[in-house]
Amino acid sequence: MKPSPFEYHRPESLEEALGMLARDPDESKVLAGGQSLVPMMNFRLASPTRLIDINRVPDLEGMSVSGDRLRVAARTRHIDVQRNELPGPLGELLREAAGHVGHLPIRTRGTFGGSIAHCDAASEWCQVAALLDAEMTVVSASRGERTIQAADFFQSIFTTSLELDEILVAVTLPVLGETWVTGIAEFARRAGDFGIVTATTALNIVEGVVAEARISLGGVHEIPFRSEAAETVLAGQAFTPELVVAAAEAAADEVDPPSDVHGDADYRRDLVRALLPRAVRSGMGAT
Amino acid sequence: MTTPLRLYVNGDRYDLDVEPRRTLADALRDDCGLTGTHLGCEHGVCGACTVLVDGQPVRACLMFAVQAEGSSVRTVEGLAPDDDTLHPVQQAFWDNHGLQCGFCTPGFLTLITGYLEENPTANEEELRDVLSSNLCRCTGYQNIIKAALAAQRTMNAESGAEPAEQAPA
Amino acid sequence: MRGWGNYVADIASHNDQVLHARFVRSSVASGRIVSVAIPPDVTGFTAADLVEVEPIRAVLHRPDFVEVATPILAGDRVRFVGEPIAVVVAATEAEAEDAAERVAVEIEQLPAVLSASAALAYDAPIVHDDVPEDHPNAPNVVVDGRITTPNADAAFAAAHRTVSVRVSSGRQSAMPLEARAAHAAFERSSGRTTLHATSQMPHVTRTGIADCLGIPEDDLRVVAPDVGGGFGAKMTLAREDVAIVWVARRLRRDVAWIETREENFLAGWHSREQVYDVDGAFTADGELVALRADIVCDLGAYCCYPVTWGVEPLMALAELSGPYKVPEYDVRSRGVTTNKCPIAPYRGVSRPIQVLALERLMDVAAEELGIDRVAIRDLNLVSEFPHRSPTGLVLDEASHRETLAIAAGMADLDDFAARQAVARSQGRYLGIGFSCFAERTGYGTPAMVARSRPFGHAEARKALITPGFERVVVAMDPSGCVTLRIGASPHGQGLKTSLAQVVCDELGLSPDQVRVIASDTDATPYGWGSFASRAMVIAGGASMLAAQDLAERLRGLAADRLGGLPGDIELTDGRARLRGTESSVPIAVLARDTYHSSHLNPDKGEPALESVGVYDPSGTFANACHVAEVEVDPLTGQVDITRFLVAEDAGKLINPAIVDGQIQGGVVQGIANALFEELLYDERGVLVTTSLMDFLPPTVAEVPDIEIAHVCTVSPATLTGAKGVGEGGTIGAPAAIANAISDALRPFGVGVFHLPATPHRIRSAIRDGHDLRLDRHPSDSEIPA
Repeated sequence: MKPSPFEYHRPESLEEALGMLARDPDESKVLAGGQSLVPMMNFRLASPTRLIDINRVPDLEGMSVSGDRLRVAARTRHIDVQRNELPGPLGELLREAAGHVGHLPIRTRGTFGGSIAHCDAASEWCQVAALLDAEMTVVSASRGERTIQAADFFQSIFTTSLELDEILVAVTLPVLGETWVTGIAEFARRAGDFGIVTATTALNIVEGVVAEARISLGGVHEIPFRSEAAETVLAGQAFTPELVVAAAEAAADEVDPPSDVHGDADYRRDLVRALLPRAVRSGMGAT
Repeated sequence: MTTPLRLYVNGDRYDLDVEPRRTLADALRDDCGLTGTHLGCEHGVCGACTVLVDGQPVRACLMFAVQAEGSSVRTVEGLAPDDDTLHPVQQAFWDNHGLQCGFCTPGFLTLITGYLEENPTANEEELRDVLSSNLCRCTGYQNIIKAALAAQRTMNAESGAEPAEQAPA
Repeated sequence: MRGWGNYVADIASHNDQVLHARFVRSSVASGRIVSVAIPPDVTGFTAADLVEVEPIRAVLHRPDFVEVATPILAGDRVRFVGEPIAVVVAATEAEAEDAAERVAVEIEQLPAVLSASAALAYDAPIVHDDVPEDHPNAPNVVVDGRITTPNADAAFAAAHRTVSVRVSSGRQSAMPLEARAAHAAFERSSGRTTLHATSQMPHVTRTGIADCLGIPEDDLRVVAPDVGGGFGAKMTLAREDVAIVWVARRLRRDVAWIETREENFLAGWHSREQVYDVDGAFTADGELVALRADIVCDLGAYCCYPVTWGVEPLMALAELSGPYKVPEYDVRSRGVTTNKCPIAPYRGVSRPIQVLALERLMDVAAEELGIDRVAIRDLNLVSEFPHRSPTGLVLDEASHRETLAIAAGMADLDDFAARQAVARSQGRYLGIGFSCFAERTGYGTPAMVARSRPFGHAEARKALITPGFERVVVAMDPSGCVTLRIGASPHGQGLKTSLAQVVCDELGLSPDQVRVIASDTDATPYGWGSFASRAMVIAGGASMLAAQDLAERLRGLAADRLGGLPGDIELTDGRARLRGTESSVPIAVLARDTYHSSHLNPDKGEPALESVGVYDPSGTFANACHVAEVEVDPLTGQVDITRFLVAEDAGKLINPAIVDGQIQGGVVQGIANALFEELLYDERGVLVTTSLMDFLPPTVAEVPDIEIAHVCTVSPATLTGAKGVGEGGTIGAPAAIANAISDALRPFGVGVFHLPATPHRIRSAIRDGHDLRLDRHPSDSEIPA
């Protein structure tokens, strides 16, 4: 369980990093927190021959609000997302979701952007990005900066629309107003494990009516799954517990989940039924 | 192909020359001779290799040594002040029978030390959540929890911090 | 604790000259090796290089036993994914891994046998095609034991009711946190090799390797330094250890192999994949009058050394009746070979599933007969001692009914019933489950030899290995300090502390005056090691005998000085005192004079203070009752263990903290077996659970605190009074949990009959309204006789 050999580069600026990446994009891999990449390298499931370590590149960490958008710099560690003091439903969702990401010694190294760029369908940050239609800011040496919508960013298992010569530098999320209720419910076999199924929910409830509903599910598809069926059931209706159950049923009918050692497709559908209402309830301050 | 590397481990400076693929855990063990950091899985789950890098607990098997260039690393060997005295966390493990085979112990000791130094008023629930980072196959964890709580009391008594019972939930 | 431990990998880390080895392993479950090509710039070896090395042979002398050879490296056939084919060495582990990747192996795939059912099918491929044609067993059946009492059929015919259960368990791994490792150092000056290995039995490891290499045992020294957990998985001779010693001797270099976690899952021994079909004949008032069972164990591809692949099926055959009075018995227990990793002992060996079978039977019978589940157990538990089991085992003095009563009291069943009712009305499902068991410990030679049924002539029995005795040497030096050299080999159980206490008690010394030396074949007498919860009973008894002998000698020397008879001398606080007087002499003075002034005492024996102790008991039974309280989430299948109680009788507690530590750790491994851990192969025979993301030892977040009550029965079957406690936690917990989940899910009509009871299995059983079980018994695939 020792990695294959590789060339190691440690750029000190974003320009330098992008230049190094551009020289041989096919053989290179960007190293941020490394909490997914290094285990894969130890198992030799990944054997990149060039690693570009962006941990010393300045200005890639931190969270800042500008207008109604929150910008999370890509290398912000999970632990710092967990410790964010942003008021309101978005800050709460980020704190709660971070509590499900691995364990303390993983959170001190692993990064928000790295997790999104890795595109594991079970990842909490991929769920949140899909849920809130995050915008990914990516940069390359030759083409400069561009912005990708979450719906276009996540392509398939471990695959995004990030080009090989691009680096994800930031993710922006809408700051949700006080009428929003956000929640997350995850079912994992052990504390800190990836969820078998994760439900993240954001409902804008205005005077008892669901003005807007966003439902994202992890573990049921090769990328984070926005459940249109559940959102349709909820939108425009008076908010009741029964409505949420109906939405969960709709979502469970809509998904076509994979099977593995932790459960088959039917089990994952059952988890969708169980977890979606729990996610909503967790946002309402109940469990 | 090797890369020069400077590490500060337990206060000592190490000037090494390592392959980039060498993990921090292997560099500590094979290049620094500090074999108290153990490898139980090499994929970040078991936590036996947990060390403190610039004060933060990390999995030393999931970090390349070259990434720690210039950093301060604290391993189990650096916890006790001297050969005759144990660190409060070590003393508590001893007093509470918190280890059997001892293989997971260094990872628990560094994890608990790092966490309690930053969070002296953590309550039992928070401590359990943090301790769920690491695996132990012998003890059933009960005595590890007891040891961690005892260590917290000692450390707080020494530093005059608020007792855990008054910590916010 | 300070990082000063000395594990095998640490020895390699500190050795600048060591070469690191990696094994090239089979990627197919069954096949014929066409070619193995090692690149010219790689130092590596294949079976062709090891032609003079004998395979590992472990033999049990029974007519139904099939002997197979385990080659050190696979030659023409591979029989499981992970089987070693070649070994390469390089300066670092990483470079050895690079080299191993470059070894080209071509294998012609053959049909594989991937389950016990498939192995028993009439057209099954044959895993070992070199078994003699006239062997009485069916193909792929390598152990086929049966014990029947004369009136079993009649008892069933006359029974008020026959209650049937089928229980089963998935494959599991002991998964010590330290995987296996070996460091072989070749000493040019003497030609000897020193092997540091993760072994629970260094002396037997040495014998096994010396036999394979055809060398005198003295050419090899085996040391087990600090060992990071064993749980049985390190008591079996590793092919890799033999290979590493061979490579070190061949290259005249130091060579190390540090097993990876992935390798440990693939090849570091499996266990527990068993199916039991059990019928119990009951009277109307719940008395169990006869037990019938058909047991099949999937043993994997090869036979483990030294205990053989009879270990699981024959344990089940001999001990299925457990702590219950069962007059009539008709049990068949088979082991079948498959193209999977070989099984070897793991903490509990068969008994977790045996207990699951009996305890599920008791709960089902209680329900069918309308009897309280505590009452039915109380009625059937052995209460008069010694008790002879239907298989001829003698159950010594124990406290089965008492521990049940204590556990039931702690559980407060009335209170629980009230809480359960309230919870159900709220849509929450609580359950409680009991498990009673007897844990046979201290297996000496008489117990081990009983597994054989000798036949044929003596020459054919020469390869027989019968573990059992322990021997110790206690010696006092001129300063009055004592060393105790033991053949047992502790690896985390606190055995040294416990044995030192035994010696201190006899000699009136303090613990800092006693040093226990273990785990080094150059420094200790031959012994069998630490396994089967035996060390405290057997090595403890031997230590007591040796210390008593030395104490008698000291009392004689003191009586000469102080007057009186040796019987008037007591040894306390480092002094020999003449009872009823003020006169005393320091033990250290007696010791120094023995060595340094022997001319003054020519008639007082040899000028040394040394005694040998040998103990070889027939075994004793610890007993316990476990109670699990659970809450099951019917929507996700999640089980939370909300309370876990143990009423334990481990005899005399030499060191209570160590005993409780063994129980707590054992129960948590039982919880892991019951709910979390399973090794799974895909349809091609490739193990898919090769990381700790798939095989799931629980963390502190998933386990409760364990509440323990002790009963301490004094049994004449053990010298120290200690009964052994290493495995009980793991043996009893799974059944208690299965019963508790079944209790919780009674409203859904779901009973748990297969472990691990994972959330998706529980949820699927609830959804579809059936029991949680493995549907087929392996013998369903056999042609009916």
